Amino acid sequence: MRVLLAAIAGGLFGAGLHLSGMTDTTKVQGFLDLFGAWDPTLAFVMGGAIVPMAIAWRMVPGRTPLVGGGFAPAPDPLLDRRLIVGSILFGIGWGLIGLCPGPALASLSYGGWTGAVFLIAMLAGMWFAPRLSPYLDRTGQAV
Amino acid sequence: MMPMDWIFGLIGGLLIGLAGAVYLLGNGRVMGASGIIGGLVDGTAHSAWAERLAFLAALIAVPAILQFGLQVVTGAASAPFLLIAAGLCVGVGTRLANGCTSGHGVCGISRFSPRGIVATLIYIGAGVVTVVILRAMVGAI
Repeated sequence: MRVLLAAIAGGLFGAGLHLSGMTDTTKVQGFLDLFGAWDPTLAFVMGGAIVPMAIAWRMVPGRTPLVGGGFAPAPDPLLDRRLIVGSILFGIGWGLIGLCPGPALASLSYGGWTGAVFLIAMLAGMWFAPRLSPYLDRTGQAV
Repeated sequence: MMPMDWIFGLIGGLLIGLAGAVYLLGNGRVMGASGIIGGLVDGTAHSAWAERLAFLAALIAVPAILQFGLQVVTGAASAPFLLIAAGLCVGVGTRLANGCTSGHGVCGISRFSPRGIVATLIYIGAGVVTVVILRAMVGAI
């Protein structure tokens, strides 16, 4: 059941990426090109995605997940150095090519070697990240 | 009349949000692509590896099937060193920050998480600066 629901979620995610045009890295970079030929499509994708998700969050209290067990606990409400440095690095990589982790993986089905090279580098980065995090202590501001 | 791109963006976005809702209300988990992939890479997925693999397999398979009926538009090819540098930044960055566009962006903002909102503002800001510099340097992306 867990596996089936996860596959449905992954499939919907893939279909959404495809339909929204977010497979096109130039549209993503176009959104980030605020001072050039700005393409607002990504804002519509984000806005569209936030609506069902906000409804889902409102349904959480007083329920248990369909498969039983509990909901994943909320993360520490901490604005720490890891969050900030990590997000800056992510933004740089995202701007350079226009791929973030979801579309990078989905691009295996359509992106040719370009997507594959990016994906392999991304996986290497993900493997390496825990070895960097001790250097960024989690001191930060609680919010 | 809204451009078709925006309407398709909205519809695709709704599907992505629906995916997150299924994952949350079904499995009790936050749908973040970087977390789902990263947990498998660094071994923190523990017992949840099967559902993660199922999620990722479907994420690859559905666009692969759809492209037979609906043409997929991809970006221009880039220089290999740029692809590698960008991939490393995205991999390290999303794991340090514990989230990407789906986790912090879609799932975080929709629950009014300060971490999600701050992370999203920062990575969009960094992305904007990067694209501006890239355009100024090569003018050809």
